[in-house]
Parts: sequence; structure tokens; C-alpha cells
Amino acid sequence: MGKKAGTPSLEAVDLHCVRGERKLFGALNFTLRGGELLRIGGANGSGKTSLLRIACGLLEPARGEVRWAGENIRRLQEEFRRQLVYVGHANAIKDDLTAAENLHVACALAGVPRQPPQIGEALRRLGLAGCENLPARVLSQGQRRRTALARLALSEGMPLWILDEPFAALDAAAVEHVQNLIAEHLLRGAAVILTTHLDAKIAAAAALRIDLETS
Amino acid sequence: MLAALRCVIHRDLLLAVRRSSDVLTVLLFFVIVVSLFPLGVGPDPALLRTIAPGVIWVAALLASMLALQRMFASDHADGTLEQMLLGATPLGMTVAAKVLAHWLISGLPLVLISPVLALQFDFPQELLGVLALSLALGTPILSLIGAIGAALTLGLRGAGALLSLLVLPLYVPVLIIGAGAAEAAASGMGGHAQLLLLGALLIFAGAFAPWAAAVALRISVE
Repeated sequence: MGKKAGTPSLEAVDLHCVRGERKLFGALNFTLRGGELLRIGGANGSGKTSLLRIACGLLEPARGEVRWAGENIRRLQEEFRRQLVYVGHANAIKDDLTAAENLHVACALAGVPRQPPQIGEALRRLGLAGCENLPARVLSQGQRRRTALARLALSEGMPLWILDEPFAALDAAAVEHVQNLIAEHLLRGAAVILTTHLDAKIAAAAALRIDLETS
Repeated sequence: MLAALRCVIHRDLLLAVRRSSDVLTVLLFFVIVVSLFPLGVGPDPALLRTIAPGVIWVAALLASMLALQRMFASDHADGTLEQMLLGATPLGMTVAAKVLAHWLISGLPLVLISPVLALQFDFPQELLGVLALSLALGTPILSLIGAIGAALTLGLRGAGALLSLLVLPLYVPVLIIGAGAAEAAASGMGGHAQLLLLGALLIFAGAFAPWAAAVALRISVE
């Protein structure tokens, strides 16, 4: 990580999103700087996930562009992706691998391979002590979500986190752990985008909010 | 980057070991199909010797098709594919690593067992090497071409049938050249030309197929 976390900003310029025949949202603009939290609200089917997928480059907007440090993310490619953590709806957990192996793979794919002690520490932080070597098959839905989110504890160096419903399936204690992780990250000067139905209390220098309307 | 690629290969091999029935299905299919021919055609050694390379190649081709659908399907279903798309490694490289792992799991066992199966056809022992070598060069090409088809049909209904329609025509040249190598060697011409052609095809497919599959994956995931 040559760059200091939190310096670049994420900019959405005139985003339009169309899924199938339906127009989900149009003319959406926002600028997210380091240390800021963007919360995206809206009813089911209003395009929250689509917006996140556009922001991380998985989905191409019908019009408009997303810029990272002033440059279109389509052009930046890996340079942008190396700075990004995306935790989607799907946990990206393999049933036949243990929690620790799953986390190891997730870190290696993100380009920051971690050693077993660090991985154990991250899992413990999310309350998974004792589950490290269990196959994910036997973990509960909440524990799988915790495993996926344990990546956050190992991603201090990534200046942008994009989290899709991070608190889904989590119990109160885990919600608090994750909120703390996010708050710490914001303090480090990084930017976080998340969607949630919970009224999560996260301390942030500046909190933005976008509410998508169902059209 | 190398660490990420090594991790992808290691993970796929580990998954194959823990879910070994998938691997065994492909291998058993290959063994059974090849073994049915001597039973069906009858015990005429001259005829068997002639059809051996073709039968083994067709069976290897079908067996590798059988395994294709799984190449990206489970990663797509559980969200790992999204993480690969967003990974720090260029997607083409990740796909190449996945294809290599796929071949180690579903292609290499076929290559290794093919000399044993060829004995059922009274295939000359001195030509077993040429047959195995043609498969060793040819089956990775099948995996590479198949990766493009698997990526294009990802998440579609009836993906299996569509995948066969898409990929089989592209397999034909590999089949002709591959089976031709052992046949040419059997007729005393030596299979060098065919083996060199297979090698050239392998290099060509290895250089371009992963990138084509990567583009197809990006479209499928949208």
C-alpha cells in the first residue's frame, strides 16, 4: 500500500440503472471522500444492490460513470480493485472448506495473503473462536456471514469498503462488532458504503444518505 | 499475484479431494465408455487396433465435456466468482489458474489411464506413448476451449445442452488432429506432425482462451 488510506474519493456522475425493462434510478450523483460513510436506503427492489454493484464495477451503468480519484473505474481496472473490499449478498463461502480456509482464499484473491495467526485472530474478533477448523457446511447462517465479514478485520489497508446488507443474519453482538470495525475504519480515513435496514449507529465524521425510491 | 493464483489452484484441488465423487464420475465414465467398445464391436484384433485411437479420443472428449459445467458454476452460485472479478489479479490469469486446476482434476487422470485402456484394443505397446502424449497435449486444449463455453452459458437454463452445442464444433479439429497422431504413428508415418500441431494449438488456446473466458464471465455476472 503505497498510498495513504483515505486520500482518493469516489465520485458517481449521472448514474442511470436499468434492469430488464425497468428503470431503477437515474441521474444519481454523489461524492464520497475519505472518512465518510454513505448509507443507501430504500425498499426491496429499489436498486440498492445494483447501485453497489455499479460502484464496485461489477455492473455497467446504463449511463454515467463512477470515478475513483478522478479516473473512471473502468479504466483503472485492477488498480481500483486492489483498493476495494466488496462483501455482497452472497458470502463467497465454500461448504467444503473450513472457516479459516475460506478466509484465507478471500484474502489471497484480494491480493493480501495472510498468515494463519492473523486469520485466526480475525475470526476470533468476529466471535468465531473454536469454529476456525470446522467445515463451513456445519456453520449457521449467521456464522457464515461472520466468516465473510471477518475479512474486514484484515482489510485495514483498503481505502474503500462496499458492504451489501452487512448486518443481515447477524445477532446483536456481531452487529456491534461489525459496527465497531466500520467505525474504526472510518477513523483511519477510509470511505465506507453500505446498505442496511437496521438503524445502525456508526460514528462517522460525515454520514451521507441516499434513499432510492421505487419507480 | 502468484500467491493468489497458487491459492486458486490449491483451493480447487482441495475441493476436488473433499468432493472426490465428482472426479471419479468423469474417470469412471471414460473407463466405461472405452471398455464398452471391445465388447460391442467384437474380438477382431485388427479392427480394434484401428479404431482404438478414435474411440479413446472421443471418450476423452465426452468425459471432459461432462466436467465442464462445473468449472464456474459453484463459484458463481456462492459469490466467489464476484470476488474473483473484483480481485487484485487480472481476471484472465485467475481463469487460467482455474482451467489448469480443472485439467489437473478432470484431464490428467484420463491421460494417465489411457495406456491401460488401450491394451484392451490390442494397441501396439510402442505406440502407447504417442497416444498418451496426444491426449496430454489435447485435453488441456479441450479444457481451455470449454472454459469459454462454460463462461458464456453460466447461469442459463439448459446450460448443459447449450454448452455441448457451443463447444463440440470447436472440439472437432482437436479430435481429428489428436486421434490422427496415434493413427499416423500406427501406419508407420510417425505422429510428429500432428503432435506439433497439437502443441501449437495448445499454445494458441492457452494464450487467448482465458481472456475470452474472462470477458464472457464479466458479461454473465452482470
